[in-house]
Amino acid sequence: MIHRRTILQGMAASAGLAAAGGFVAPRVAIGQTAKIKLGLMLPYTGTYAALGRNIDEALRLAIAQQGGKLGGREIDYAVVDDQSDPPKGAENANKLVSGAKVDILIGTVHSGVAAAMVKVVHDSGTLLIIPNAGLEAATGALCAPNIFRTSFSNWQPAYAMGKVAAGRGWKRAVVISWNYAAGKESNGGFAEGFATGGGKIEKELYLPFPQVEFQPLLTEIAALKPDVVYAFFAGGGAVKFLKDYAAADLRKSIPLVGPGFLTDGTLQAAGEAAQGLETTLHYADGLDLPRDKEFRAAFKQATKREADVYAVQGYDTGQLLVAGLNAVKGNVGAKNDLIAAWEQAEIDSPRGKFTLSKAHNPIQDFYLRKVVGAENRYVSVAVKALADPARGCKMV
Amino acid sequence: MSDPVIFFLIQVLNAVQYGLLLFLVASGLTLIFGIMGIINLAHGSFYMLGAYLAFVCADATGSFWLALVIAVPLSFGFGLLLETLLFRFLYARDHLYQVLLTYGLILVFEEGRGLLVGNDVHGVPVPALLNSSIPLTATLSYPAYRLALSAICLVVAGLLYLLIQKTRLGMAIRAGSVNREMVQSLGIDIGMVYRVVFAIGVTLAAFAGMLAAPTTSVFPGMGNQVLIVCFVTVVIGGIGSIKGAFLGAMLIGLVDTFGAVYAPQISGMLVYMLMAAVLIWRPAGLFGRAATR
Repeated sequence: MIHRRTILQGMAASAGLAAAGGFVAPRVAIGQTAKIKLGLMLPYTGTYAALGRNIDEALRLAIAQQGGKLGGREIDYAVVDDQSDPPKGAENANKLVSGAKVDILIGTVHSGVAAAMVKVVHDSGTLLIIPNAGLEAATGALCAPNIFRTSFSNWQPAYAMGKVAAGRGWKRAVVISWNYAAGKESNGGFAEGFATGGGKIEKELYLPFPQVEFQPLLTEIAALKPDVVYAFFAGGGAVKFLKDYAAADLRKSIPLVGPGFLTDGTLQAAGEAAQGLETTLHYADGLDLPRDKEFRAAFKQATKREADVYAVQGYDTGQLLVAGLNAVKGNVGAKNDLIAAWEQAEIDSPRGKFTLSKAHNPIQDFYLRKVVGAENRYVSVAVKALADPARGCKMV
Repeated sequence: MSDPVIFFLIQVLNAVQYGLLLFLVASGLTLIFGIMGIINLAHGSFYMLGAYLAFVCADATGSFWLALVIAVPLSFGFGLLLETLLFRFLYARDHLYQVLLTYGLILVFEEGRGLLVGNDVHGVPVPALLNSSIPLTATLSYPAYRLALSAICLVVAGLLYLLIQKTRLGMAIRAGSVNREMVQSLGIDIGMVYRVVFAIGVTLAAFAGMLAAPTTSVFPGMGNQVLIVCFVTVVIGGIGSIKGAFLGAMLIGLVDTFGAVYAPQISGMLVYMLMAAVLIWRPAGLFGRAATR
């Protein structure tokens, strides 16, 4: 509690200074010529390297489209590779917060690392924008005025899938994931959405992260014969799960669904095993939005790669920066004005327009997608303008 | 048979199948760590090397079998090269040097992989010959490739046992692991013997990676996943014992499989509890040298 009060006092003090007109003038003048320091803490190596790179390059693209400046000020980037290593999370965040003294911290992909970053900025009061990690606490129990997210909470796509499953008339589900926070949060969200149609979770199957020996659990699924299986896996583990599920011939008798991470960035590797799978996410291939087409073309031109959901999240982080710093004319020291500007911003995202909730998490549409070839093709809107319940957040 | 009995038997099949695969993955470590006594943290990297070789070769030739034919000699040659350039200087040194070298190799391999193949997740298609499933119950089938894999693992286990226990080369290897100088003075080129054994160890690890590639996927950091469990297998079985490693792998297969089904909350710990229990009962492992000496 003490640290939150310190933040608020600090903000009140700077607001008071701003109001004091002439007294502040020299300070603003100095501020306008100095560069804005952005700290990028992302995975540039390791399993999530490709995700980190897309976020980084899309963020820079969004700013480059505005002439490479934020609110008229030049930008100084400080970059740290977090390697998706939670034990080093706090140390890496401190390198940017206390070491490089960045104005705004941006990161990261891995929820465990993001948890460490949330803790650091809780103490320092530094502004933080999370461009991917879905841990619920960041905009839930640990929410704070200086913490924002442009991606999703684990609850959101899971709840949307639960709604879809309930709508199909399915009643008995088995959920399966790694035994860690993100998996459990995702399963919880699914159970909640599924319950809206009277559906029940018959069994939760977990295996230790990052083990991939699924055969015993698939046998268990075959014995239980549920109406649907909801799976939360990502990356290489997702590919193996999809292949094993298909090789056990379970696709024929028990439908498999999941959040978008199951089939995002894994389609080339999963091949046949992923075809026809339905997932939910806040982004899809084949969204018929001019803004999306424009972004995809620009991203491809800048990077020679196809955009994906991570690129979109990075781009929107850039757009949020632009919107906020234009509103305060580059005066990054006016923290509470900046926070207010972000809270009111409407981001014209490639995924569709979104705003931020009181807990600072996007209120956005969730799409039902179906794997066709190498694409997660848009099918329909699963849930419109879905907001995370932000449980435990005192700002709601 | 009633349903629960059938599913119980399928779980036993899962356990045996997993145990055999585990033995194959750990067999290279049994040679390099168990018999030669080198602490080889890069074992997972050799496994990854095999998987990526299978991916690249299968992609280029269009045939998984052809990929194996190319990749196996490549891994053997690579093993010879590594031993000649690096490892042979470390036999006489403290274990810490080996830890440092092999840890360094992990980093080099990871970076090298990133530069050469990139950081994406890749898949290797299951060869057409084995791309079918055998129905076990109304809802569940067993992939034929996995059953074939078990057969290959059994063959490798048998060959390895024969090589180490029944051949002159095996005798020289075992003797060399106890007393290098004595073997040397008996007129056996121990340097050459070690070079070959090391290369076989690397090849086995890479071979396991190649065979696993179609069932898992090929991705950065995949070696780290198998490294720890391989060490556990070798330690449970008793360092230096092929028989022990085989038994250790089967035990871990059983504990892991039934743990995942009946005690999912602690299944991650069970293997280590098994290891602790075995080491308390027999400090040198099931078939460890110290225990039989």
